[in-house]
Amino acid sequence: MELLHYLQSFEQYMQDLLGPVWMPLWTLVKIVVIVVPLMLSVAYLTLAERWVIAWMQVRIGPNRVGPYGLLQPIADGVKLMFKEIIVPSGANKFLFVAAPLLALMPALAAWAVVPFGDGMEVANVNAGLLYILAMTSLGVYGVIIAGWASNSKYAFLGALRSAAQIVSYEIAMGFALVCVLMAAQSMNLGDIVRGQQAGFTLFGLKFSGLFGWYFIPLFPMFLVYFIAGVAETNRAPFDVTEGESEIVAGFHVEYSGMAFALFFLAEYANMILIAALTAIMFLGGWLNPFHGWPVLGAVTDLIPGLFWLLGKMSAMLFMFLWFRATFPRYRYDQLMRLGWKVFIPLTLIWVAVVGAWMQTPFWLW
Amino acid sequence: MEKITQFFRSLMLLELLKGMALTGRYFFARKITVQFPEEKTPQGFRFRGLHAQRRYANGEERCIGCKLCEAVCPALAINIEVAERADGTRRTTRYDIDLVKCIFCGFCEESCPVDAIVETRILEYHGENRGDLYYTKDMLLAVGDKYEEQIARDRAADAKYR
Repeated sequence: MELLHYLQSFEQYMQDLLGPVWMPLWTLVKIVVIVVPLMLSVAYLTLAERWVIAWMQVRIGPNRVGPYGLLQPIADGVKLMFKEIIVPSGANKFLFVAAPLLALMPALAAWAVVPFGDGMEVANVNAGLLYILAMTSLGVYGVIIAGWASNSKYAFLGALRSAAQIVSYEIAMGFALVCVLMAAQSMNLGDIVRGQQAGFTLFGLKFSGLFGWYFIPLFPMFLVYFIAGVAETNRAPFDVTEGESEIVAGFHVEYSGMAFALFFLAEYANMILIAALTAIMFLGGWLNPFHGWPVLGAVTDLIPGLFWLLGKMSAMLFMFLWFRATFPRYRYDQLMRLGWKVFIPLTLIWVAVVGAWMQTPFWLW
Repeated sequence: MEKITQFFRSLMLLELLKGMALTGRYFFARKITVQFPEEKTPQGFRFRGLHAQRRYANGEERCIGCKLCEAVCPALAINIEVAERADGTRRTTRYDIDLVKCIFCGFCEESCPVDAIVETRILEYHGENRGDLYYTKDMLLAVGDKYEEQIARDRAADAKYR
């Protein structure tokens, strides 16, 4: 908190010094401070994924480039940068080039409202949740346009699958978030986290710290949100848009070099985003899981909130990788069945249950 | 009724959790990867790798040009030409193995009455130009001369099973 205070007085000072130039400059600095570590974590998430999957398959994983293979993502990046970008004949050149950018842009833009700590966000938007939903939905346009612009049947099939999949899972995801919204009474992501701070009392039992977060009273929604999030990011077992055993590589079959790398970055940036959102909505964001507990709470309160958030995000990201190492890909009709006949009824019922619950004296908040 | 219990059971994700427990266990298991250039898997004495032509202890080449290996070779990888040498013995003037064609079945080795053509344990060899893997008689003899000790030991180890 003291650091934030210093930061505020520094901002005030610079504001007086530079005037109208300061605001855009400061925002730019904030963007760089978020995007550069994000890109680095995307790079190292690919390495982590290869390690985790390798370990689960009783292999070692990349260990040749640099100490313990730690330079592998850099080698991959350099390789992709120097590869030729091939534009297929008959492709719509403009859209073909624009599609990877369209896929990556929303994945980065959504970070604007993500709070990394109390008051630590680029933009404190009151409709933050709506903004997030809008941005994560936009990502699918990159996929659809890529599939269409490639002028390739596999890419087109991948794009169609992706469109249908995202539409069906978006609804369940939205309803799961509606429950969070009803609990928090706010669409501001910061307020949602702060709503989980106090915990709740039920039947005379005090639920605080870790047990006071939304994932306990809203457990089915937590599961639905995370599974729908996995589907939204086109990750295994919902990776029918790529489906390498069925449609080669799906929407990015015609992409190579840096254009392909952008799709890759977008996918992993989306994973990190979904992990962060799950942490914020259900796992108390930057909050200390032991807050309010005797002794342990007082000690762990000294750790900055950012580390708690990063820890929760890492745990969720590990789940992503764990899923990929464990589950075979859903068949397309099973995927649709799960989305429409399980998740949407389930979330609808739960919204009604939470709504009714709010009217009773047993309401927790 | 069964359908209903099945429905609720699937909602509890039990099967999925079981699968994740399995991969979770293997996550901590001992890794079986053999890191090839540094670590190698054990080889048997019957390993069928690069070919070699052997000589007798007095330096005389073993091959008598009977062409059994050429006849038995299923990939037609062996080419032999034979002529009479000055001392009246039958010797090959040409003995080529095209390793690109060879399928390493070991039939040549089996068919040889004098143990002249053998397959060694060498598996790390390569060619950088077209034709580099076309082994002539001189090259095969050179391989034999270089690894004779190992070859003889492997034949001796195998002898009691024949």
